[in-house]
This record gives sequence, structure tokens and C-alpha cells, in this order.
Amino acid sequence: MPNLRFTEQPLSEWMSQGGKESDIVISTRVRIARNLIHHPFPMLATNQQSEEVLGLLREVLTDERLQQYGMLHPVLLADLEELDKKILVEKHLISPNLAGESRKGAVFISEDESLSIMVNEEDHLRIQCLYPGFQVQEAWDKATEIDDIFEDHVDYAFDGNRGFLTSCPTNVGTGLRASVMMHLPALVLTQQINRILSAVSQVGLTVRGIYGEGSEAMGNLFQISNQITLGQSETEIIENLYGVVLQIIEHEKNARERLLSESRLRMIDRVMRSYGILSHAAIMDSKEAAQRLSDVRLGVDIGLIDDVPAGVLNELNVMTQPGFLQKLFGENLSPGERDMYRAKLIREKVGK
Amino acid sequence: MQCQECGKRPATLHFTKIVNGEKTEFHICEACAREKGEMIPGTTGGFSIHNLLSGLMDFHPGIQGHPSAAKQNENIRCEECGLTYSQFSKIGRFGCSSCYKYFNDRLDPLFKRVHGNTVHVGKVPKRAGSHIQVQRKLDDLRRELQYRIVQEEFEEAAALRDQIRELEKNIPAE
Repeated sequence: MPNLRFTEQPLSEWMSQGGKESDIVISTRVRIARNLIHHPFPMLATNQQSEEVLGLLREVLTDERLQQYGMLHPVLLADLEELDKKILVEKHLISPNLAGESRKGAVFISEDESLSIMVNEEDHLRIQCLYPGFQVQEAWDKATEIDDIFEDHVDYAFDGNRGFLTSCPTNVGTGLRASVMMHLPALVLTQQINRILSAVSQVGLTVRGIYGEGSEAMGNLFQISNQITLGQSETEIIENLYGVVLQIIEHEKNARERLLSESRLRMIDRVMRSYGILSHAAIMDSKEAAQRLSDVRLGVDIGLIDDVPAGVLNELNVMTQPGFLQKLFGENLSPGERDMYRAKLIREKVGK
Repeated sequence: MQCQECGKRPATLHFTKIVNGEKTEFHICEACAREKGEMIPGTTGGFSIHNLLSGLMDFHPGIQGHPSAAKQNENIRCEECGLTYSQFSKIGRFGCSSCYKYFNDRLDPLFKRVHGNTVHVGKVPKRAGSHIQVQRKLDDLRRELQYRIVQEEFEEAAALRDQIRELEKNIPAE
């Protein structure tokens, strides 16, 4: 089994570094979608055509300019167990779509897992750069550099009017999706979140749960990304997202301060109560875990708790997902057993 | 509220799309949503963007269920990969890069609704788009030339004119 290391550590190396505004912005992700001009898109490609695409893209890995990003490991989806695919999804290294539907799907993952290049997903090529904290510009700069290297080797499907041609009409043009994962507990507590989220959707941005389309916002984590890919330049898209996220950060900070000054005792109670439950509970479902971890994270960020490192919380966000729990404690866990092991895991990490 | 699709059952699925301040609302019932292959929110997989999209492509209020409209969509076909427009509007995805060419006449309204725009203004690839880059550069230079002339800065204008001539030599005759 190749490169299992990617599914053994819950926390990617890139996440351990922290980043700008990391008390509110957990991570930043930029992905660009590209297709090769002479092959049908993956949905209609024959196995042989998909194999060819994979071959062509894999050859690009020999370009020495790519070495600055760390060794890229090619992983074929066909070589992976279902559980490992699930974990790669939970770590955001591949999309649920690549894990579930792709034929001849593959992913090239960099040593520190900050770069993942998906092949034969909905599009032939999806370059994805991950950064800790709030680093949209940095992530875009890296993604576009890597894009240029690929373009030197393969012929992209590009049209003067429509831009980069993609399988789904929602990606055409720049093929760019920039997203930022934010922890917004104070805006949720003060019930300002809906107002802010609906404002966000009016400026061409969209809000999703942390595992993409259709997923629920758990643990006060929200993923904000651009919706429009056609008719705006990459710079506009990045600046637009940057500006809006900056404002949301400001609102969240204000809300946190107000909560601390106006209802300090209730905040302390809420945060410490969750801290206590995480340290001692014997059964913990995923929803409660997400909510309690969010409370404790807030407690750490506003200085009410000082003995839980933020890294542990990031780690637990991944470790308490079903795939990773199965990896740690066995594949055939019943939901009841899962809740028991989840509680045990959290106790060991958070409790003393 | 009645379902926009069948007009019989009450609409239980509502979605609103706002692009550049332009609001579009859709109201359909579960049965019609299911018939169109769309998932219902709350079930596994959720209500994916493709489902929303195929909604956008198929909804032409007024001519819904009109047989000739459906027939027309059958007849528009990508000669490269064989996908018909009606298949495209059902799946919400193109089959190959040539689909953009064969479906071109119908794409402006769709892109307008999804993105609020129809023309790409971003990055141009170095190789595949080299002539487009030259073209954009030329447009910029010509605009600047106009400006310099109006400002009566003839020395700069002359330099720009030479630059434009030089670039024009590199454009392959089409």
C-alpha cells in the first residue's frame, strides 16, 4: 500500500504552523480547475482516455521546478482502501467526488500535504493549495505558479471569450475557487450570523459547511468562498474575498469583546462547562463534540483557557470524524461504540 | 404556493439565487424535484449545485413542458462528444471542451444567471492563449495611444504607435 502516511497523521504538517488571524480563520484553500483540450472531460472519458490524461499529467511531476514545493507523491485512488479515501476527504486532501465517483482518479500530494493535485475528478486537473490561517493571496500565488508549470507541458482547454473551460458551468472562466474556513462562535451566539451570511451571498460569495456543498455548518465553522468564476479576474476574486473576510473577522472580534464585557460570567460558565464535559464525558456524539470543541476553542482564543494548545483542537476536529475514528479503533464500530471511543479520545487529548 | 413545474402540488422546495443584485426565485414540489433527478435537501448528498443548475437551465417560465422546446434541445448536439443540450441541462455538466462551441448560442443566459457575466477577463495561459495576450496588450496600447493624442503628448504617442506596429507583425493572419 503506497503512501499510507497521509492517512496516519490526523494533522497535516502545514496546519501545525499557525497563520495570520488564526484565532478566527482556521485555514485557507485555493483550487483551480483545468482541462486538457484533446480529451473529453472525465465524466465522458473512456478508461483508456482517462489513463492517458493521468499519464500526461504524471509526466509533469518530473519538472524540476516542482521540487521547490516538496516531493509530490502520486497516489492512485484504485490502490486505496475505502477507509483511507474517507480519511483523505476528512483531511481535505481529496474531494468526496474524487473518492466516490472518479475513474482512474489520482492525487499528487506534497510531503507537507499543503499541495494536492487531483487528477480525473470532475475536471482533468485540480490544483489545490492549503494554508493555515488567513493567507488567500499566498495560496493563489502558489497555485498560479504551479498552474504555469503544468501549462508548459500540456495543452489546456481555453477559449478567448469563456476562459478556462470546465466540466461544470459554475467553474468556467478562471476555474478558481478560493475559500476560507472561519470559526465564528460569537456571531452565532449573538445571533448576527444569518444577517452577515446573507450579506455575504449578495456580493458573489457563498457559505458552506466545512465539507463542501450540502454539508452542515458544525461547530460554528463556516467555509466562505467565491461563487463567481466568470467575468471577474483572479485578482478581483481574491481581493473581494479578502476584503469581505476581513470585515467578518472584525465583526467576530467585536462580538467576542462584547460578550466578554457584557456577559463575562456566562461566557466563563459556557466555556468551562464544555471544557469540563470534554475532559470527563464517557459518551460523545459528533455534533456535541463539534459544539463543545468550538466552545473550548473560543475559550482558548479569548484567554479563558490557557492549557489547551490550538493544535490539539485542530487535530481533534479531524480525529473525531467517523473515518479517522474507525482507523484508530477498528472498522466495524457501531454508532454507540463510536461515541464511546470519541469521548475517550477527547478525554485523553483535552483532559489532564 | 403552487409548484412552478407541475402547477398542481404545493411547492415545498424553494431556492433563491442572487447575482449582482438580481434575484431569481424557484419554487417546486418534491415530486417534480425527484423526477428531475434532484436530491431533496436533508437527505444524503444534499442538494448539489448541479441540481440547482439544471434547474436554471430548464426553467423557462411560460414554455415549460412545451414539446417543441424539449425537441429542440434534443437536436442540439456536440459533434465532438455526442452530448445533447437536453442531456447537458439534465446533468449540468459539459462533456468536452467542444460542447462550449456547439452550445454557444444558449450559454449566455445560463452564464449570466450563474455568474452575472458572460466573458472571461482573468488569466490567459501563456501558450494556448499567446495571441489573446498579444490582443489584450494591443487593446491596452491603443487605448493609451488615444489618451496621449488627446493630451497632445505626441512624442509618447509616436513611441506607442511604433510599439503597436511591432506587435501587430506578430499576429498570425486569420
